[in-house]
Amino acid sequence: MTTELPTKLSEIVEDFQALDEPDRLQLLLEFSQGLPELPQHLQEHPELLEQVVECQTPLFLSVDIDDSPEQIVRLYFSAPPEAPTTRGFAGVLLEGLDGLSSADILAVPDDVPDRLGLTRAITPLRMRGMTAMLGRIKRTVRAGQTS
Amino acid sequence: MSVAADPHEKFAHYAHPERLVSADWLAQNLDNPSVVVVESDEDVLLYSTGHIPGAVKVDWHTDLNDEVTRDYVDGAAFARLMSAKGITRDSTVVIYGDKSNWWAAYALWVFSLFGHEDVRLLDGGRDKWLAEGRPTTTEVPAPQTADYPVVERNDAPIRAYLSDVLGHLGKPLIDVRSVDEYTGARTHMPAYPEEGALRGGHIPTAASVPWARAAAEDGTFRSRAELDAIYRDEVGLKDDADVVAYCRIGERSSHTWFVLFHLLGFTKVRNYDGSWTEWGNAVRVPIVKGEERGGVPAS
Repeated sequence: MTTELPTKLSEIVEDFQALDEPDRLQLLLEFSQGLPELPQHLQEHPELLEQVVECQTPLFLSVDIDDSPEQIVRLYFSAPPEAPTTRGFAGVLLEGLDGLSSADILAVPDDVPDRLGLTRAITPLRMRGMTAMLGRIKRTVRAGQTS
Repeated sequence: MSVAADPHEKFAHYAHPERLVSADWLAQNLDNPSVVVVESDEDVLLYSTGHIPGAVKVDWHTDLNDEVTRDYVDGAAFARLMSAKGITRDSTVVIYGDKSNWWAAYALWVFSLFGHEDVRLLDGGRDKWLAEGRPTTTEVPAPQTADYPVVERNDAPIRAYLSDVLGHLGKPLIDVRSVDEYTGARTHMPAYPEEGALRGGHIPTAASVPWARAAAEDGTFRSRAELDAIYRDEVGLKDDADVVAYCRIGERSSHTWFVLFHLLGFTKVRNYDGSWTEWGNAVRVPIVKGEERGGVPAS
């Protein structure tokens, strides 16, 4: 049984699945290159970011939940250029999840990283880094909901 | 060796100066047809973001490891890889990579299992090349397929298996992991979770010498005198020492293997690539926790 993904994330997974392995890596690289800079308020206040220590390279994350009834989630990531794989995973999660409601994000299945078809090319350790990123986002959203 | 060694003053003090090249030397030899430059990184995408002009990529995970068994590729697969990268048995291979050449040293060690004779490291690796503002490109070279013979690995001289290490206890053994991994405070590298082990600690008798002590701030290898001070004076390795080094999966200990074998000239140095992810999960092998090295267990 496959849990349904949010539309945007589902399209990204399909894009990856449609490619062969070298092109999947190329696509991940494009996500890495497309990861936007942090907005001004976070650049000036890095203490608002939390580090995802499960990633092999420094990844910083901020999860903002707004006051609307849907509790819309905005995501911000920061990772250095010498960590393109980490940046790529961050880019996928940003494009796939940013702007969704808290409920939609909590419903995202934890095995999404494995559905990108990268498990042969990328070491299990790194794949777990992406799973950890998703887990951290969900934990933060869950905490934000109950508070 | 067909291509003359880098006469750099620093390298002259090492036991095998011809195993290192400087960025200046490499810049002058980029067009040398006998030289093939190989980038080998931890991050599978890093090469694609820009690399030394003409460099080909060898990935430790997809190219050098067997897909099924926890082992390296066999002679036929290695020959196919070399041919595709335009490397002949006589090529001078210069390897460089990220993280102070961890993965580059690992690749060099695997090349050595196949007896590729002339394989060198770029001192300082990828980071130093970039820090000096030297040229990079995203253009991937399409080397002409080379003729590389099928040579089977010869593991015994430089690779130790678990059973070898059990029989080695009492002889010099170096644990190159972080101190917290050595004592068993943690079972994985800081920030590298889960690729851990069921048990924490170290192999009895192992001396703790984190690999990074052999690297300077800029990722280059420390000088001969500094390395002698660590491994000969502090650890007490004698000239005829029979040494085994290990870490978590064998990549950091390849860096130390390179230092001991090529830079300091110890002739009997083996890398235990099974390392803690094997030992710390194996049933009934002896383990010591804490800072004490521990003695040879009574058998």
